[in-house]
Formats: sequence, structure tokens, C-alpha cells
Amino acid sequence: MSSLAVAPAHKKRSTYTWLFYLLPSIAIMLVFFIYPILLTFFYSFTNLALTGEAAKALKFIGIDNYVRMFQDPTVRISIWNTLVFLIGSAVIGQQVLGFLIALLMKHKNKMFRRVVGTIVLAGWVTPEIVCALCLYSFFGDEGTLNAIISFFGIPEVTWLFTVPMLTVIIANIWHGTAFSMLVFQAALDDVPTEIEEAAVVDGASKWQILFRITIPYIRETITTNMMLVTLQTLGVFGLIYAMTGGGPGTSTTTMPIFMYNQAFVNYQLGYGTAISLLLLLIGIVLSLFYIRSMKE
Amino acid sequence: MTSRTRKLLSLSTAVLCAFMLFGCSSTKENAGESGNQGDGGSKAKKTITITYRDDGTGSNGTLFKWITDVASRYPNKDVEVKPTPIQASEGDYFAKIALALKSKDTAPDIVTEDTFILNADASAGYLEPLDDKVKAWEDWSNGSFIEAMKKGVTASDGKIYGVPYNTDSRGLWYNKQIFKQVGLPEEWQPKNWDEVLSAARTIKEKAGSDVVPIWMNMGKATGEATSMQTYEMLLYGTGERLYDDASGKWITKSQGITDALSFIETINKEKLGPPLSKVLNGQAGNNSTREYLPKGKLGISLDGSWITGNYLEGGAAPWPEYKDVLGFAPMPTNKGQAPGSITLAGGWALSIPSNAQHKDEAWDFIKFALNKENTQKLVVSSGNITVRADVAKDPGYSGMPFYQIATDYLKNAEFRPAQDKYPEVSTQIQTMVESVATGMSPADAMNKYATDVTRIVGQDHILEK
Repeated sequence: MSSLAVAPAHKKRSTYTWLFYLLPSIAIMLVFFIYPILLTFFYSFTNLALTGEAAKALKFIGIDNYVRMFQDPTVRISIWNTLVFLIGSAVIGQQVLGFLIALLMKHKNKMFRRVVGTIVLAGWVTPEIVCALCLYSFFGDEGTLNAIISFFGIPEVTWLFTVPMLTVIIANIWHGTAFSMLVFQAALDDVPTEIEEAAVVDGASKWQILFRITIPYIRETITTNMMLVTLQTLGVFGLIYAMTGGGPGTSTTTMPIFMYNQAFVNYQLGYGTAISLLLLLIGIVLSLFYIRSMKE
Repeated sequence: MTSRTRKLLSLSTAVLCAFMLFGCSSTKENAGESGNQGDGGSKAKKTITITYRDDGTGSNGTLFKWITDVASRYPNKDVEVKPTPIQASEGDYFAKIALALKSKDTAPDIVTEDTFILNADASAGYLEPLDDKVKAWEDWSNGSFIEAMKKGVTASDGKIYGVPYNTDSRGLWYNKQIFKQVGLPEEWQPKNWDEVLSAARTIKEKAGSDVVPIWMNMGKATGEATSMQTYEMLLYGTGERLYDDASGKWITKSQGITDALSFIETINKEKLGPPLSKVLNGQAGNNSTREYLPKGKLGISLDGSWITGNYLEGGAAPWPEYKDVLGFAPMPTNKGQAPGSITLAGGWALSIPSNAQHKDEAWDFIKFALNKENTQKLVVSSGNITVRADVAKDPGYSGMPFYQIATDYLKNAEFRPAQDKYPEVSTQIQTMVESVATGMSPADAMNKYATDVTRIVGQDHILEK
């Protein structure tokens, strides 16, 4: 958006002109971003419901929704699940795997890069729901994975019920790794070969080059990518909902799933909005943490 | 480019942007206006919409076929009837309906309402009271409708919010061939829960590992089916109720709740039920009735009287032999105490949303659609029980297999509490049942249920026994 304003900046212009050019984007931000957030904030203090008496008479109930949230054991479970899902699939999975793939592809021949890159990208360009169905049928009771292991005489496992969190984590890694890979590819291409060559001349091992030169050099990219991937993962809903529905029990109920259940299954929209604000808060806290660690 | 042309260009860009921003809203208004032209008395054909739940069968669905059939015979040719189904799981349907009913832009003219949510939707102001309309309708007052069935469509404010079109009862469906094979009586009539369990154990022992002994819906994903077909059938069988009518309080802790949950625990601990991966998803109900039962992979199924609708010609899973293979036993009370067996009755109604555009046309159509002939077509093709006394007497209806038994069970029928909090409490029941199915102890699950229900209905409206 800022590029719009910067482009014609040959002559000096008054503040009003700047403002005028920014107006459309500010209007869009206000209507589609600020207004819904304010509205959500407002509703979180009400008893807004989808049906029943409360749907007719909206009442201001103070901080009741928030009090309820801190008393609700499922909230704690869902925060924990969200963190497990986040660390497993985003921080460790997508980030580390994406980096490794990018690193291994560096300096390889063009054909190899193209083939591997396309395969990894396939997971990313697949729409979330299609991806969920693919992995559902992979992990399902009569799914591909069970067909493979039973071919080797290993007893079948009900993956989606025995290790549900692991299956959704793997699904999210499969779906999202390409993004990290692309980011890291671009960053790694920018690491000057001279420095690495100089290090080799000085007798540095491959590991030393990786940890002392390459990683520090792209540190900012790592943090930025970590933030982007974290925010994307915090909001993952469709993937988990389609694969396990948050179950069995509450074992894959992350915060978006919990929020949906409260708002649209239990018809408590007000409570649902309060949970969504908690999710927003967690996102902000994590982002601030990343930004700070980038500065240090 | 001169500075003048540049200014002009940027101005027009800004104006264009603004148009794009407001583009959507102006289209909507236009659409609304043209839609309303029909009301203005012009000769244009009016379209009334009917919203119902499509469980994935699309144009093969019973309701779709029935609506198109009735619409094609509707004498008023100035009105076109358009089915506008919502394809959703049982649980999602009600949320989608509530969202649709909130706005004039999305509310249909007629909506199919499950009687359990009718009260909540009426309290929310989503539905039009029909008292004046039904009063003037001969069928309503001349005894054609079974009087008790009018209770289901009367909300807590005493007003009528829908015309019922079916009801149902619940019991134990069982596969006689499997029973014969394992040495159980083909005319089975269990006297208490222990006899149900021992039959299931026998099936598990002798029928082979690919036969599921007993199926009950136990997941959150199966929504109301879990609450009503499973939990409430058990709970009411212990003599306990969900809601104490005398004091107006919800019962949150009692021996009955523990007993009902223990039954579910036993089923799962002894692996007498379906694999959890099969029963805890939204398709569980369809899987048991359309796949497991007809294929001889299921011994006993605690389910509704309507499941035979699937097996009719043109149904979702045609199975002509069902008449001979299936048996329908009453669900006994837990220790066989009076009245010996129990069933819960529910049912569906046609309602008119408050935000409907063509209320009068909708009402005229409902009167036609739910006359004797059309009601009969619907209940026979869907496998439900009729709410009309004249249909019940018709041999074309009463001659269908199992209808007589299902109707007999209604004698001991219990209904769900006509309270606007029921749908919310019901989702807590589903959570409780699923948590027991996945390993939580009945006592812990009941405590959590008590906390959650207290939060929903308030400390003053609960009762612990």
C-alpha cells in the first residue's frame, strides 16, 4: 500500500495530498479490519447468542464471558493443544523442514531443484480442505497408510484416534512447508558465496559454516518467517475440523475449533468472540516476542 | 503527462475505488427491490422457498422428492415452490438455520424445524406465531391432527409455531439372521439393560470380529442423535429426567445419570460398540443404518423408527429384505421396572420464519403440503410416524412393516423438555457422552456436565440429587 504513495514522490507534496492518496486503503482497513475488531470486542461483553431468548434481547454482561473463560477447563486444554500444534507443526515442522529442504537444494542442479521444489509446492498450492481430505484418507482406518503397513504384516492402527494430534501436525507440515522453503531459498541465495569460500579456506567444517555463518546471516529471515508461520498456524481451522473435528474428546481442540464450537455448536456467539480475542492476544504476544528477539 | 491530466486521473481512480467499495451493497438492494415486485400485486409468479436439511443425498433425498412432487401438484400456479436445502451434518443444520433466519435477505419462506429447537428459535423471535392461521384451518381443529402432537409445536409462551409433519419413536433394531446364527431368540424382547448387554456379549463372542455387537451414537458430531437416541433413551429408562417440571430445574447430578453413563462405559470398555473412529464422526448415523445393518455387520442398533425409510425402493440404501431380516424391540428400562420399556418421541414441523417474504403464500402451501394425502406420502417414504389420525387409520400407511410397532411404542413416549435452553444443554450431553466413550469416568463426566449446565441455566435452576 505504501508503494502507491511513494511512487510519484518526485515533487514535494502537502500532507493532504498524501492523505488523499491513502484514503482508499485507509477506508478499506477501517471497514474490513478495524470495524470488525471493534465489533468483536463489543460483542465479547454481551450475551449474544444464535438462538433462544438471548438472541432477541442482547444484554451487556460485563466481563462474564472472560470470567467464564478462565474457569473453563476446556480453555486451558485448547490453549495447550494450540501450543503443541504450533510448536510441532510450525516452529519445528515447517520452519526446520523448510530450512533443511532449502539448504539441501542449494547449489544442486537446476533439474533437481525444479522437481523437488514442485513436489513440495504441491502441498502448499492444494487448498486447505482438499489437503485435509487427502490426509484424512491417508490416515483413515481403511486409508493408504494402513494399507501400506498391513502389506508388510504390521497390524493396522487407527491413526486419527490413537495419535490424532500427530496426524494434524503432519498434515499441517505437509501443507505449509513449501512457504518456509521458498522464503529460505530466497534468503540462502543471498548469502554471499565469498564468505563461505573464505571460511572453507580458513578450514571451517560444514557444520561450522552452517551455524556460524549461514544461520546468523539469515537470522532476520528466520524470525520473520517464524512470525508469519506462527500467525498462519494459530488460525488453522479447516484442516483440523475436517480431519478430526477437534476430537476425539478434546484431544485436537485448538482455540479456533473451540471458538467455533462455542459460537456455532453451543450457539454462544458472545462467548465465542471472547475466545477469539484471547486468540488474537496470543498472536500479538508471540509477534511481539519475535520482533523483540529480532532486535537483540 | 501534464499535472492537470494526472490530477484528473487520480480523481477518477479514487471515485472508481469508492464505487468498488460500495458495489456489493448496492447490488444487494437492487436484488431486494426486484424480489419485492412480486408483492406489489403485479402478475409476476411468486417464488416461495423451503429450506430443509440435505444429508448428502441431493435430488435423491426423500424431502427433495416430496417437495418437488407436492409442488408439481400444487393448484395455485401463480406460486412457484423452490427447494433451498442446506447441506450439513445434523449438528450444523441448526446453526445454519439460525443464521439464515436472522436476516430478511436469507430467511426462506418455509423452514423445517426439529421440535427440539423450535422453542429456542421461537424465543429468539425467528418464527412467526401461527395461532390465527391454524384456527381458521379446518384440518387443525376437526381432530385430523393427534392432539398430543400439537404440544411439540407449542412454545413456552403458549403459541403455536409450526405444523408438525412427523414424529418418531426409538428402540432396538436387531438383525434376526445374526441372532439366529449366535443362538439368540429371533423374537427378542429384552427385559432390562443386562439382557441387552448379554445379547451384545454373545454376538461379540460368536458372530465374528467383523460384526459390531451394538451401535449407539456417542459423538458430538452426531449432535442431537447422540443426546436423544442414546443418552436420553438410557436416562429416561432409569426413571430419571433431564428437567424437573415441578420445580422448573435442570437435574445435573443423580444416580440415573451415573447409571446411563456407566452403560455407555461398559459398551466401550468391553468393546461391544463400534470402533470409536467410526462412531465419533458426523456420518456415524448413516454408516450404521445404510452400511453396517444391511450388510449384516451389525447386531443391535439403538436408533429411531425412521431408519426403514432408507431401505425402501428409491431410498438411500434400498434393501427389500429388511422386513424379514430386521426386528424392532422396545428399549427396556434399566432394571425392568415399570413401565417396562421406554421411548422418546421427537418430530419435525414446517414453520414460517418472521423474516419470510411471502408468509401468506407460504401458509397456503403448508396447508396443501400437509393435507392427508401429502402427509401420508411423506411419512411413508421417509419411514416416520404420522401425526395425523386420519393417516394412521389408512391401510396404505398402517400396512407398512414396523409402523404398528413403532406407533405402539409411543404409548410410553417421553418428550424432551420444552425449554429454550434445551439445545444448549443438549450439546453438553453430547460432550459428556463422547468423553465417557473416549475414556473419562462417568463420575468425572457428570461433574463436568453439572458445571457446564449450571453456567448455561444459572445456579438457581439446577437440582442435584
